[in-house]
Amino acid sequence: MGIDLPLLWALIIGFGVMMYVLMDGFDLGIGILYPFIPDKHHRDVAMNTVAPVWDGNETWLVLGGAGLLAAFPLVYSVVLTALYIPLMLMLLGLIFRGIAFEFRFKARERERHIWDKAFIGGSFTATFFQGVVLGAYVSGLPVRDGAYTGAPLDWLAPFPLFTGAALVCAYALLGSTWLIMKTEGALQARMVALTRPLAWALLASIMVVSLWTPLRDPAIAARWFSFPNLLWFSPVPLLVAAGWVALLRALRRGRQVAPFVLTLFLMGLGYAGLAISGWPHILPPDIDLWQAAAPPQSLGFALVGALFIIPIILAYTAFAYYVFRGKVRPGDSGYHS
Amino acid sequence: MAESLALDLARIQFGFTISFHIIFPAITIGLASYLVVLEGLWLYTRRTLYRDLYHFWSKIFAVNFGMGVVSGLVMAYQFGTNWSFFSEFAGGVTGPLLAYEVLTAFFLEAGFLGVMLFGWNRVGPGLHFFSTVVVAVGTLISAFWILASNSWMQTPQGFQVIDGRVVPTDWLAVIFNPSFPYRLAHMTVAAFLATALFVGASAAWHLLRGRDQPAIRTMFSMAMWMMVAVAPLQALIGDLHGLNTLQHQPAKLAAMEGHWGGEPDRGQGLPLLLFGWPDMEAETTHWALGVPRLGSLIVTHSWDGTIPGLKDFPAEDRPNAAVVFWSFRVMVGLGLLMILLGALSVLQRWRGRLYHSPGLLRFALVMGPAGLVAILAGWYTTEIGRQPWVVYGLMRTSEAVSPHASGTLALSLGLFVVVYLFVFGAGVAYMLRLVRKGPVTDEGREQGDGGPGHQRHAMRPLSAVRETFDDDGRA
Ligand code: HDD
Ligand code: HEM
Ligand code: HEM
Repeated sequence: MGIDLPLLWALIIGFGVMMYVLMDGFDLGIGILYPFIPDKHHRDVAMNTVAPVWDGNETWLVLGGAGLLAAFPLVYSVVLTALYIPLMLMLLGLIFRGIAFEFRFKARERERHIWDKAFIGGSFTATFFQGVVLGAYVSGLPVRDGAYTGAPLDWLAPFPLFTGAALVCAYALLGSTWLIMKTEGALQARMVALTRPLAWALLASIMVVSLWTPLRDPAIAARWFSFPNLLWFSPVPLLVAAGWVALLRALRRGRQVAPFVLTLFLMGLGYAGLAISGWPHILPPDIDLWQAAAPPQSLGFALVGALFIIPIILAYTAFAYYVFRGKVRPGDSGYHS
Repeated sequence: MAESLALDLARIQFGFTISFHIIFPAITIGLASYLVVLEGLWLYTRRTLYRDLYHFWSKIFAVNFGMGVVSGLVMAYQFGTNWSFFSEFAGGVTGPLLAYEVLTAFFLEAGFLGVMLFGWNRVGPGLHFFSTVVVAVGTLISAFWILASNSWMQTPQGFQVIDGRVVPTDWLAVIFNPSFPYRLAHMTVAAFLATALFVGASAAWHLLRGRDQPAIRTMFSMAMWMMVAVAPLQALIGDLHGLNTLQHQPAKLAAMEGHWGGEPDRGQGLPLLLFGWPDMEAETTHWALGVPRLGSLIVTHSWDGTIPGLKDFPAEDRPNAAVVFWSFRVMVGLGLLMILLGALSVLQRWRGRLYHSPGLLRFALVMGPAGLVAILAGWYTTEIGRQPWVVYGLMRTSEAVSPHASGTLALSLGLFVVVYLFVFGAGVAYMLRLVRKGPVTDEGREQGDGGPGHQRHAMRPLSAVRETFDDDGRA
């Protein structure tokens, strides 16, 4: 067999999940920031910046799920069993967030506050539990004979709860820098003010996770701190530092687009760091990609589609963003008139 | 005992979430194609009535689509959360099919939906029409893949079981499995019917209230033509579907017919039961009331053909006949009423009273939800008739279920029930409110409105997004 199918699939799923984190990150972030945007017009504007694209953003999450089921059914079934409760709460959060887009604009004036709250609560819950899932997954899920052997509440531990909170800050930062790019005036100024503390919080989170994971797990420590690796991987923390400094500078200079791009860059690095720690385990701590892979007939069939179609998806997604480019202003809107 | 409670809870949860989900896709699939027709007619004839209808239905479509997406998102994870052993066992087949659905359908719908709903003044008419078409095609592609997956679970082929899991050997055989063409046709047509009934009922509601406007007449007329053309077609497809089921899942068909088999039946053909109560314990159908030999005629297309009865299968391999028997009758009964509705509409149209016959209008109004009810009844027939198998003949549902404690499942089921009733209840209420407002003349005519910096006041009170239901609009 010439090509390493499980490896390719791990890369595709990794890519899909990263797209999800970056893209749905900023629209969940807007929901998290809503409490800091009290004005109704500002809220309208903030929501309108993402209304045409949020559904596509969320679809990357569906791709992650479907990709796992197709390529690593064992991982899909173990992760979804082990993390049943946080995943269900995440899904419920996504329901409230998703319907708020349509309902908020269709509600009567006196009902609107319900959907504002649904949007805030949904975004917050979905993000927090996504972070919990991430943290619990990175901490490892014990498996024997293809079945999860841990307890249903194992995820309720300090590290996953910390990653939950960290992800809330991270998505809020994506949201605030997105709004800096897409809005102007008072709303934008408010976002600039919020971005600074959020940037500090992101830096702190990245540092805590980078120290916590190797301390908990000697294998991860060995991966990062043993000799040749240290050279290979040292750019990661250096780039984080550089990116973060650049972000603060960009804010100070009132740049419009750079803060968002730099936040994407920082998030990407954090993601890469986790991937380096986990490699090659797709089900930490014991099961690697090749042990968990679906039969080659399944991997091959789905791969043809993925390699052919994902570039097309990226192209028309870019087109949709292009159609809705530029600043969004109050009264601007929304649906076809 | 505890185990079987957990199994029941997992099944109820899956049945509950999928039943909610399917309602929205059915309307999404139908409305997306309807919108293509409306926009096409607008571009072709330039009659503003079609543009008004397009805007009217696209708002309803948007609410419905949002609910379809969020309820579908839950489904994509339910396979793993509730049926983890099924996913491990059959993921090699169902996973790639679902992955193809995401890649070829969901992204397509999501990517162009934004342009379709928000881009009326941002892109040219050609590109906008293209987006509408792409969204509609996306919904059909979506139905293609998910039904391929479901049909494979009903009539599996093209695979081997190696080391306790399914390994696909022939993908064409997997996708084009024996029940797939029938299911795809039957479900797509069901979505069109359900939508036409919804559109027709909306129009009937306005006509009954004296809002006799050209746009509303057009809606009603289009919906009734759909009934005439498509309802009989559905019965035909359903008949063929049943013959296919007889061949591949005879126990299911026996349950649908309430047919137990055994001595007394020999040589008299099969009656068509109109009423009865199949009793799983007593192995008989009580109070059976039927038309002699009609059953034979329908299911075997011969005078005294017969089919295997439930007694021909071991008791542990029989589906619950009471449910299947009745859900099947509900579906077929509603299907016949739809045909009747179509026929009456032809009669009234011929008499020139299509828009003024209170009887017809009221009938169309009460038939509004009939399509959705028939869809649910049809799925219950199909899915409960497949029991006790999750993959027919290969894996039992009891082997598929995830090892959750029943407490966990009960809690999450409770949450789902509360959240779904609240959220989707509100959503349906918004849809109905939009329907009540009816189409608005000359909506979407303004040039450049909605572009950066433009206020939307000009077009109050009914300007799309700002579709609020009281006077505030945007203060
Ligand atoms: C015959 C059609 C049909 C059937 C049987 C199902 N669906 Fe569905 N689904 C659709 C037709 C559809 C659709 C028309 O494509 C939807 C409905 C509304 C929408 O937004 O897209 C959709 C949405 C939708 C989404 C959200 C897609 C997005 O993000 O845009 C997911 C993840 C699923 N579905 C998954 C499922 C699963 C796992 C099912 C089976 C258990 C299922 N659907 C049954
Ligand atoms: C969309 C309409 C559908 C409806 C209304 C529906 C309904 C149901 C119901 C009521 C059950 C429970 C049956 C029982 O346990 O007695 C069930 C089970 C199930 N269905 Fe469906 N279903 C639909 C579509 C699908 C599709 C498209 C798939 C797969 C691609 C699917 C896969 C399953 C699975 C895995 C189970 C669990 C095992 C079981 O309990 O049978 N269903 N469905
Ligand atoms: C009027 C005559 C009809 C007949 C004879 C008929 C026949 C059937 C049969 C035999 C099945 C079960 C297939 C199987 O699982 O093996 C079925 C399923 C189904 N029916 Fe019908 N049907 C009719 C009308 C309708 C109508 C009017 C609707 C909805 C508008 C509908 C929607 C469905 C759906 C959604 C399913 C489940 C999916 C599937 O298996 O195709 N049917 N039908």
